[in-house]
Amino acid sequence: MFGYYLDLALRSLKRTPILTGLMVLAIGLGIGAAMTMLTVLHVMTDDPLPGRSAHLYTPHLDPLPLDYKQGGDGPDPTDDLTWPDAMALLKAQRATRQAAMAGGSLLLRPGRADLRPFYVDGRYATADFFALFGVPFLQGSGWSAADDAAGAQVVVLVDALARKLFGTGNAVGRMVRLGEHDYRVIGVTRDWQPAPMFYVDASAKRYSDGDMFFLPLATAVDRKLDVNGNFSSWGEDRAETRMVSPTTTWLQFWAQLDTPAQAAAYRQYLVDYSAQQKALGRFQRPPANAKLYGLMGWLAHENLVPGDVRLQLWLALGFLFVCMLNIVALLLAKFLRRSGEISVRRALGAKRRDIFVQLGIESALIGVAGGALGLAIAQLGLWSIRQRPDDYARLAQMDMPMLLGTLALAVLASVLAGLLPAWRACRVPPALQLKML
Amino acid sequence: MELRPILSTLRHHKLTASLLTLQVAFTCAIVCNVVFMIANRVHQISLPSGLAESELSMLKIAGIDPGENSQARHAADLAALRAIPGVQAAVAVDSLPLGRNDSSYGTCANQQAWNRAMAARSLNGVQGCLNPSVYSGSPGELEALGLHLVAGRDFQPDDYVPAKPGYVAANVPSAIVTRSLAAKLYPGRDALGQSLYMGGRPPMRIVGVVENLLRPRLREPGVNQYSVLLPSIPGEPSVTYVLRSAPQDRARVLGSAVAALTRLDPNRLIPPDGVRTYTQIRHAYFQRDTTMIGLLIASALGLLFVTALGIAGLANFWVQQRTRSIGIRRAIGATRGDILRYFQAENFLIVTVGIVLGVLLAIVLNLLLMTHYELPRLPLWYLPIGAAVLWALGQLAVLSPALRASHVPPVVATRSV
Repeated sequence: MFGYYLDLALRSLKRTPILTGLMVLAIGLGIGAAMTMLTVLHVMTDDPLPGRSAHLYTPHLDPLPLDYKQGGDGPDPTDDLTWPDAMALLKAQRATRQAAMAGGSLLLRPGRADLRPFYVDGRYATADFFALFGVPFLQGSGWSAADDAAGAQVVVLVDALARKLFGTGNAVGRMVRLGEHDYRVIGVTRDWQPAPMFYVDASAKRYSDGDMFFLPLATAVDRKLDVNGNFSSWGEDRAETRMVSPTTTWLQFWAQLDTPAQAAAYRQYLVDYSAQQKALGRFQRPPANAKLYGLMGWLAHENLVPGDVRLQLWLALGFLFVCMLNIVALLLAKFLRRSGEISVRRALGAKRRDIFVQLGIESALIGVAGGALGLAIAQLGLWSIRQRPDDYARLAQMDMPMLLGTLALAVLASVLAGLLPAWRACRVPPALQLKML
Repeated sequence: MELRPILSTLRHHKLTASLLTLQVAFTCAIVCNVVFMIANRVHQISLPSGLAESELSMLKIAGIDPGENSQARHAADLAALRAIPGVQAAVAVDSLPLGRNDSSYGTCANQQAWNRAMAARSLNGVQGCLNPSVYSGSPGELEALGLHLVAGRDFQPDDYVPAKPGYVAANVPSAIVTRSLAAKLYPGRDALGQSLYMGGRPPMRIVGVVENLLRPRLREPGVNQYSVLLPSIPGEPSVTYVLRSAPQDRARVLGSAVAALTRLDPNRLIPPDGVRTYTQIRHAYFQRDTTMIGLLIASALGLLFVTALGIAGLANFWVQQRTRSIGIRRAIGATRGDILRYFQAENFLIVTVGIVLGVLLAIVLNLLLMTHYELPRLPLWYLPIGAAVLWALGQLAVLSPALRASHVPPVVATRSV
């Protein structure tokens, strides 16, 4: 039966090639625009660490004074932690693993004639950083908690930077001059870049190049190395002491909590810690302001998708909607015009359901053709997005699920569009139509 | 034109006609808002910077030796840059309009306003206080950038104070403000000679007013020209050199400038994206907006195109379907013009209902966009223009099917199907 309906549908579509073409074009344009933007949204809100993300949490405290007023477009100071708070959470060891971190940009002097000095972005972090996020090592290893305490002058490089500096040979044990100091390389990691970079400060680019080096946080604080994130201060702000000030937030903090019970206990610990700080007179706001975000929850809170991209998505969906209305109207006219043919089939014994299925297949066929066209248009759209200067641009690629999703959406849209016309057409009263023939 | 037969026909095609009406309504609503967004973005990207844009080029350099005396180095660099043939002026500045490197400070019109802001622990909403962007540069900045002085004077040599490294600007005795900032801070009064209170600095006397000077980073409309120029000589190792030359000389001048600076110090860092003409800076700053404008235009045209296709396709069907009745009408005396006008009137009716709905939808959509995307209110005169466009589009789309209908010969009436 299916083959017969397919044949009927093909014949019917061939009879009105221009109209069929228009419908395919309309659905192709609508689907192409919508899928381009859905793909961009998909890659921007993707899980950066599949498998690990469910156990990663970031704690947030509210150490602000009661009368602090948030400026209009400034960063939210409670997005980050102060040095004393981060160190307290770190020492409490309430999570399976935990690390404090901040981004930095340092001048690297290769000390070679063929390589000019250049700035590299990296991260100052505490020892657990690598195990916490599962950063894969190629050579050597990270540093220990003892190195953290001692402010060891060691560095971990990312493979790309190690190759640039030392070629393909062993980099461990070599020295690198970053800023005004020398550091000993103790490890080289695989090129590692989660997208989006969930652990960076709100001012950083989330989809651009990842960290190229990792330094112990204590070393960075001892030497007052440049930090390229927000410093939010609500008390005395002096350049000499801002890194360790109890009234300046600048550190990011992540913890691994394996079970929901552990997460609940940690949440309670944060409230207790805030209450204790309030009792000591350091915090003024309610301890219940302390929050614990899961990784995906934190990304949702940070609202990574720019307004323009969301606007473009709505525009594309609006366009798809108008295209659908268009197709519904055209299919309705097309099906109703065949009332005569339908009533003959009905008179010959076809059930309403048969007519419905036949017309449904005809709309699905338009959907398949429209989906193929939409796929081509979406590839074109994604290509144009990759030409944009934004940091997310290079991620705009369609993966297999999105590819299949495009076709499915196109077929679904056209079947949906065919539903009303097909229902209307299969309710044609056969006797009346036959009389008119 | 008798409307009754049209209405009774449409009653037979209620569902189809209402679908088409809905399509016209949504197209009208979306296109009105999209065109409004295009107008907003176009206004945004054509904001005047106040600079002689076509004559400026810039080099951003980063010092790598923290111990050196930056100002001495900048002076030596500028001397070398001025020696390049074709360079009319060269200055060191800390930032440029649309350069994204924004330092803004709470600034009050007088001591009382400053005290009020201090008492409120916030500048937001305090009468007489604003948050302008601050520019500083070496002597000759006004002249080199081509800023247009509308009142007062340029800075004099004894106004200038060198800034210490780590400080955005030195404590200086005087300031030049933009016209819109002066008007906002001192409404109805002459800004010249007034004292400006900025941050915790000693008050500065306003010595001049320039016509325009756009912020390094745009904000909400209305405050984008709030800028202050200070006679503070940049003291950071990282600085931007601005060169003024004839427009056709810019590429050559930039090339010679990089060579000259490298000759002075082969070790210095000149990032590749730090060597640009001002035209390139403006282009880069607004790249997102130009992309968005392109997309908005494409989607508006796409919507109109699809709607025109829908109208034409449906009209085609109806003409085919009614061939017989058209023949009958022709046989009993209707002229070709009658048939043509019949289809045109039918289309006009459908589109009109769509437009009425669409205008309401456009306002609703605009309200939604206002809450979620900080879009201003849609001016009402967009709506009649949108309506006129859709009417014209409808008539254009229906013309060919209607003409075909008018050419149906009366003899069709005598044939059976």
